[in-house]
Amino acid sequence: MIKNGDGSDFPVAAGDTALAGAAGQGAAQKSLPSPFFHLTDEMVAKIEALAPRYPNRRALTLPALHIVNAELRHVPLGAVAEIAAVLGLAPAEVQDTLTFYQFFHQEKPHGTVRAFVCRSVSCALRGGDHLLEHLCKTHGIEPYGTTPDGALTIEPAECLGACDFAPCILANDDLLKDMTPETATAELKKPRARAT
Amino acid sequence: MTPFKPVLLEAVGVPDGHTIASYKSRGGYAPLEATLAGKQPADVIEMVKSSGLRGRGGAGFPTGLKWTFLPKDHPGPIYLCINADESEPGTFNNRILMEDDPHQVIEGIILSSFATRASTAYLYLRYEYPKSWHRLQAAIDEAYAAGYLGKNIRGTTFSLDIYLHRGAAAYICGEETGLIESLEGKRAWPRIKPPFPAIEGLFRKPTVVNNIETMACVAQIARRGVDWFKSIGVPADPANPRDPGSYGPKLYCLSGHVEKPGCYEAPLGITARELIDRFGGGVWKGRKAKAVIPGGISMGLMTASELDTPLDFAGPGKVGCLGLGTAAVVVIDDQTSIVDFLHNSARFFAHESCGQCTPCREGTSWSLRILERIKAGKGRLKDLDILLELGNTMGMMPGSTICGLADGAAWPMKNAIKKFRGEFEDYIKRTNPSGWMVTDPVPALQIVGAH
Repeated sequence: MIKNGDGSDFPVAAGDTALAGAAGQGAAQKSLPSPFFHLTDEMVAKIEALAPRYPNRRALTLPALHIVNAELRHVPLGAVAEIAAVLGLAPAEVQDTLTFYQFFHQEKPHGTVRAFVCRSVSCALRGGDHLLEHLCKTHGIEPYGTTPDGALTIEPAECLGACDFAPCILANDDLLKDMTPETATAELKKPRARAT
Repeated sequence: MTPFKPVLLEAVGVPDGHTIASYKSRGGYAPLEATLAGKQPADVIEMVKSSGLRGRGGAGFPTGLKWTFLPKDHPGPIYLCINADESEPGTFNNRILMEDDPHQVIEGIILSSFATRASTAYLYLRYEYPKSWHRLQAAIDEAYAAGYLGKNIRGTTFSLDIYLHRGAAAYICGEETGLIESLEGKRAWPRIKPPFPAIEGLFRKPTVVNNIETMACVAQIARRGVDWFKSIGVPADPANPRDPGSYGPKLYCLSGHVEKPGCYEAPLGITARELIDRFGGGVWKGRKAKAVIPGGISMGLMTASELDTPLDFAGPGKVGCLGLGTAAVVVIDDQTSIVDFLHNSARFFAHESCGQCTPCREGTSWSLRILERIKAGKGRLKDLDILLELGNTMGMMPGSTICGLADGAAWPMKNAIKKFRGEFEDYIKRTNPSGWMVTDPVPALQIVGAH
């Protein structure tokens, strides 16, 4: 049984509702429970709070994707359609932007810890590629993969801008500096606060 | 030589140096108050123009001149975009400024907005800098509370809001029109220029895009004066009327095979050798440098015999590099294969090409595939000529692309193959003894993903 974001029964398939949603629906029905399957009232409120910063609603696309991704750890296609409904855009416009970045997972959530392992020049000169290979092997996953328990996703990253601490890893909001295969393995076992 | 005292980095290592109290105790925000009390926007533009400040983001365009391209008496809005999408491999000076001295950046933004008559400034911050994000937001909140941001700042008619806007891990968003497109919620495809952003930029309004370090320099020029700024660096070449000079302090990011990697402030024009020896503690493990990237990977390579090149805006170009770029100096030791280096560089650009222009999308992708083949022991001498041909034909300079990303991909390729051709040929002959001389077409090893 499909449930709504707040746990209540949800009579219609998620995608249908979202696609049928009119532009600005999120704003208009603020006091009602969210009409959406993926987006909660809280997420819509966070998006709307940013609206006065921009002269049009399309500029809210990236902020909205980040708000949803921070909660769901991915942005499924249904959520894309719901974001589009909130922003008054075609779902394809949001999807077009989303796919450009290769940052937002769509098929399934990334791990509760998402580790970006830098492989650009300064880190590579100090063992970045080796580090990535070691971590993937240790956890039995391919790059961009997630461990079966959903605890960890390992992704190669281009320059993390911390070349003074090469090789480095960004794990959620934490910059892990001067890593070795051993210290990185130990660091990635630790629980971490969610990425903001 | 008198010891140079860091100015842009004066807050580094200071306890609570990122707070407004600390910044004010160092003389911060006093120049802003003086400016708002008695100066006109034109005065600030004139100050920045006469300082000779050139943009620190990579292209080195004179900042004051850029501001004067805005239309006169425009009814508004005019936007200021701050480019903090620092993603050029090897570069991290913006991160240090935002984390350790965010108010210096914010004061520069306020002064620059006053000068350009912008009432909204968007700071486009790369996703990978969560600490900068929190530090900047806290500092912006402090600046609002202190009355340096908001409506009618200090009782004047000048109002300003600064908004942080986060990217999503794409190098192309550092290109100023790519940044604008991304801010507008679209894929970050750079725009054809003209129109330049000063005429039609963000939300189709006049827009200035400036780098974080440029903003910090504006704050310091306002505090210490034009003469101070001009006393540092390399004066304009009198024999070259087109040289605007290289004035002021610069943040050099030193990384790779050095003993002490870090961000070091020095007068523009320091040499790579001085940086490595005086600041970096020498090449690591007692080894020698084989090559040095002068300013981020796009700028190409200097050989060990070119290390005395001054790292000012004109220097790296004299030894065949693309320019000073972001002044990110990456040292490659003599134990490192230049084939591996070039493969790493090609992988970066193939991944980060935005895909809009065919010569860049295909050129970066095929460069990587050819280098994968060479690394797999299937290289041919002919591949080096193909790589050079790609390097000579993709980019803004040969006129085949909209932005300079492909030029940045081409330069390390051209420099590496021209300056280290012997090593490439030896590698290919050694790893492919039976096939290095083949010139027939061969299949690529694998398809690579790209943006």
